[in-house]
Amino acid sequence: MNYTIGVDLGSTTTKAVVLGEDGTVMGRGITNSRSNYEVACQVAMGEALINTRFSLIRGRLDAAGVPAAQARQSVLTLERWFRAQQYRSQLFVLTRELQRFASKLLTGGPGLKPAVARITEQMEVEIPELFSEGTRRKSDFFRDLAGSRYMQLAEGEARATGVGFDQVVGLFDKAILDVENSAEAAGQFEEHVRAALVHAGDADGELGRAVTDIAALKLSQIGSVGTGYGRQRLPFPEGQIKSEILCHGLGAHAMFPDTRTVLDIGGQDTKAIQVDDQGIVTSFQMNDRCAAGCGRYLGYIADEMNLGLHELGPLACESKTPVRINSTCTVFAGAELRERLSLGEKREDILAGLHRAIILRAMSLIARSGGVSDQFTFTGGVAKNPAAVRALRALLRENYGDVHINISDDSIYTGALGAALFALREATRGHAVTTH
Amino acid sequence: MTIPTKSQKDDSQLRQKTMIARHFDRLAAAPETGEKNVYTFVPGNLTELLLSFDLLPVLPEINSLQSAMRGKTAEYISIAEKLGHSEDVCTYVKSDIGMMKSGNIGPTGQRLPNPDLLLLSYTGCFTFLKWFELLREEYHAPVAMLHVPYQPDGRITPAMRDYVVKQLKDDIIPALERISGRAYDEDKLREHLKLSAQAEDDLVWVLQSAKHKPSPIDAYFGAVYYVGPIFSAFRGTEGAVAYYQALRAEIAERIREGKGPVTPDGDIEKERFRVVVEGPPNWTSFRQFWKMFADEGAVAVASTYTKVGGVYDAGFRHDPSRPLESLAEYCLGCYTNLGLPTRIEMLAQYVRDYEADGFLINSVKSCNSFSAGQLHILREVEKRSGKPGGFIESDLVDPRYFSAANIKNRLESYFQMLEQKRLGGAA
Amino acid sequence: MSTEGTPLSALVERADAIYRDYSLATVRDWKARTGGLAVGFMPIYVPCEILHAQGVLPVGLMGARDDLEIIKGDAYYQSYICHIPRSTIELGLSGRLDCLDGVLFPAICDVIRNLSGMWQMLFPDKLVRYLDVPQNFEPEIGGRFYRHELDELARSLTERGARPYDAEALRASIGLYNALRREVRELYALRQREPWKVPTSELYLLLRASVVIPVQDATQMFREYRALIAEDASRVPLDQARVMLTGSFCEQPPIGLIRTLERAGCYIVDDDFVQVHRWIQSDIPTDGDPMQQLVMAFLQDAMASPTRYIDKGEKGADLILRIRRSQAEGVLFCAPSFCDPALLDQPMAVRAVERHGVPWTAFKYSENTGQFQVIREQAGTFADSIKLWSAV
Repeated sequence: MNYTIGVDLGSTTTKAVVLGEDGTVMGRGITNSRSNYEVACQVAMGEALINTRFSLIRGRLDAAGVPAAQARQSVLTLERWFRAQQYRSQLFVLTRELQRFASKLLTGGPGLKPAVARITEQMEVEIPELFSEGTRRKSDFFRDLAGSRYMQLAEGEARATGVGFDQVVGLFDKAILDVENSAEAAGQFEEHVRAALVHAGDADGELGRAVTDIAALKLSQIGSVGTGYGRQRLPFPEGQIKSEILCHGLGAHAMFPDTRTVLDIGGQDTKAIQVDDQGIVTSFQMNDRCAAGCGRYLGYIADEMNLGLHELGPLACESKTPVRINSTCTVFAGAELRERLSLGEKREDILAGLHRAIILRAMSLIARSGGVSDQFTFTGGVAKNPAAVRALRALLRENYGDVHINISDDSIYTGALGAALFALREATRGHAVTTH
Repeated sequence: MTIPTKSQKDDSQLRQKTMIARHFDRLAAAPETGEKNVYTFVPGNLTELLLSFDLLPVLPEINSLQSAMRGKTAEYISIAEKLGHSEDVCTYVKSDIGMMKSGNIGPTGQRLPNPDLLLLSYTGCFTFLKWFELLREEYHAPVAMLHVPYQPDGRITPAMRDYVVKQLKDDIIPALERISGRAYDEDKLREHLKLSAQAEDDLVWVLQSAKHKPSPIDAYFGAVYYVGPIFSAFRGTEGAVAYYQALRAEIAERIREGKGPVTPDGDIEKERFRVVVEGPPNWTSFRQFWKMFADEGAVAVASTYTKVGGVYDAGFRHDPSRPLESLAEYCLGCYTNLGLPTRIEMLAQYVRDYEADGFLINSVKSCNSFSAGQLHILREVEKRSGKPGGFIESDLVDPRYFSAANIKNRLESYFQMLEQKRLGGAA
Repeated sequence: MSTEGTPLSALVERADAIYRDYSLATVRDWKARTGGLAVGFMPIYVPCEILHAQGVLPVGLMGARDDLEIIKGDAYYQSYICHIPRSTIELGLSGRLDCLDGVLFPAICDVIRNLSGMWQMLFPDKLVRYLDVPQNFEPEIGGRFYRHELDELARSLTERGARPYDAEALRASIGLYNALRREVRELYALRQREPWKVPTSELYLLLRASVVIPVQDATQMFREYRALIAEDASRVPLDQARVMLTGSFCEQPPIGLIRTLERAGCYIVDDDFVQVHRWIQSDIPTDGDPMQQLVMAFLQDAMASPTRYIDKGEKGADLILRIRRSQAEGVLFCAPSFCDPALLDQPMAVRAVERHGVPWTAFKYSENTGQFQVIREQAGTFADSIKLWSAV
């Protein structure tokens, strides 16, 4: 199968989207961006290709006449066990690296290595449970998933054996980098999917045949485009790097063809983009050089309030009387927050005010870029935050009347989708030239 | 100032270099030779009048930008801020004060003399007023104040002209007579004005050569060098006339050869984008900034910054037959002294006349005269020209406000947008 | 508070309501009543007499507070530009200033200057005038230029439908504004003598109201206020530091900031707020050519300001004089962020103050500042240090 791929290297996460030759989205992948952009890019692309193969397996089942509900369930189960296998192989590398670092640690003490070993053994034991049907996993990222369990177990070890908690955690922080930066840890599709198939059952039926076919299928990349905040660091040739503005515009257009205005609030910047009926960018505005009003700002606030980033929005939505906040300066955020809390203002009210302040800044960028004339699409990490969405809806209504607002569950992939579409255009154009 | 090209220097560049070197030699020697100097500003400078009294002009704005190009301004600005100058205000001023506190070493590495007179030509920039109030305290030098009224409606009224002429007669000329010990010599002034007009003709020819495709010049980065002599101490001199003649001949040659502009990193081989630029350049990362354009094949075909020392392409020439009136009209007509509607019309006209693909605004934090209202300008010029505008932010000489990654990101996005528009999505 | 529900508090509340009303209800009422034109003006000063004499209500536009959400305004301005033009644009584009038939933009800085051009384009149907003022103070030079500007102003008002210029009417208007200016001066003098009687947070509200309502109403308001505070025995001296506040002549601080300073232990005994009716410092003669009297008053009797070129004497001399006159024990340099005139001037003013051994401190605000904790600490420490010093 021929495919093109788009990679959006953001400040927080790296996303990849795989497109078939007809332009359908075949797979998506996401991973934490990290100091090593090249690895982040490889992992996201690998994930997107894995996701693509699952789409293809599903397609095979559909073609074989397997009832849709059953096909869906089979693939979900297969994927769940696949993830468990992947987790197992990553845990294997983590265990090895933890022990390696523990050996090198001079101040380690005799109890350290056994303590770490007990933790990883326990994690290994918990795998089936962690990936059993119906279990909600807090994250898809190994770092988050393994990390939070590791911390809990480390706390237990520290209490029980007196081994230094900080030391145990310190080892994890070192070892996890090697896990993330190792292609070995992520493993091979075929190896994992075969092991998963054993758990999923039906190895000899349609599912088994589909898995065998698809695992053997050669996926040929006919084009790739990179974009995003870190695009200069992407391992792509210069001609295959496109501005995130263009990619977001085209991606949003592909998802919602009637979109004329796109707002993207990411970790590092906010973009207001106007596109025409072809998805071509006609004007754009980005925030000032400071990070005020971006996703990163919410990160500071979450840290300051000792909350998870995903908890901010729901908490803000509980507010009945939001406070007015005029400054979204990251530098002063902490001080302002503490002062307001000390004045007895409620956390949810402050948070509601902060979300409105962020969206206010975005509204100015939208106005600068030319306002809102037709359908509006909100993308980026902050589009997943319910309080931000609520504030945006209110402010759009106040300023532009009843505007149709699109927010896709896959909005985080907008840039990568646009990049993949550019790659497809380029590839098909190239194809046309060579056949002549 | 000369373009630091790798290749052999052109005749015009050598001329300019010599002219500047001689000028700074004279300034450095002034304490011994007794030559008198006058500090003044680029917009609304009265160079011919100063020359007619044999006074040497010193331009603190140019010193600041030169300090930036030599990497000195971070230190100078920090000195001024330690002395209580606000982080919020113009960095030309702070750089100048920092330079003075560091021994007043000018762009050539020679010490500049203290001013014998501060000629405050208050033209188009409020900060000028404060700048020389500050320098007056530092140097205890006398000040001659010339208030040039603003042109809110894009026209010079007789009342405005009379006001400026009266100040020239009653305040400025007597002050220059006092400093120089000479009487006002109108014939001598006329001679200088005649030379000015000659050089101005050639400058306009050079700037308008950008109408060619490909443009033989970069009318923003490159033109900074071309306007150098006429914006500074040399307007109205034989040297400037010769410089512009040589420059014109060189550009004519480039047109014949179908060559694009010279940049510090070589000629631009292929002109991919023609853009009009509004706002002053950033000086601390001038070459890097220019390269961001040149790498994309983007050529500035017109700019407003090259009109801060006079809008000659709109037809104005210094006129020896009306010496003081024409000086007054010159001052009144400088770019930053024009109302926003006039600035917008001018930009839209440039986009049309120079067949530009778009226009870019470099908005500098320091300069409210330029920057306040630029987002409105952006919107209006887009509307009137039908071409897309781009907006980037930096500063004149404060390196803290040049974020290369951010600016490159915006420029790239902008040029890719132009490209995509050109392809019309057909690709 | 002991004044609650009293005629005094009612008067202050009335002023406060005018100050808070972005949509200028009193102006709309006046227009409905009189059928006259209303023309806004930006800080710091315009000769209101000319407008008044032609039947036009002058309306001071002094920006907004922290309760105005800025969306459209921010779309026009980068982050490194002060706040007042944003709120002014926001008020204009949201229709709150629709009752105004025009706006005047006096020459005080490049931001307000450029705003005049923006206003021309945003409101093409209104009278929009950049009012240039001379920086040359010779009657024959700057005076002549300014006279021309004022004549043109009068002419443009007539063109808009105002009554034609009439010297007799202008003389009468000058008389009315002289009376108002006297009232303002009296109140400032009273506050200098007995600052506990005239809280600046009240004085400020009166000043804000006085640039919106008709001149006689404003005069009457100040008169009533003085009469009422004279009767109020509840206002007694506290151990507070006497300070002069300088730098807030255009973009105004939020009232919360003024209250914060007072609560932090400062008696503000002189300030730069709303200088409209203080700009000309004494009565303008009502005889002779009245337009020329306005010109001469501007040239020879205007306040010193960082927006004006000071051609004679020592820089900061006027500030020192005001400190002496008000017996201020310290100076608060209180300028809006990104205000060129105030901030460029400040190092010179600081040097002047230091030469005269007056303690000072400095902070910045913007009209929509909502948090004052840092300023409270700073002003409190400053006031305490002054009191300690004077107790030695």
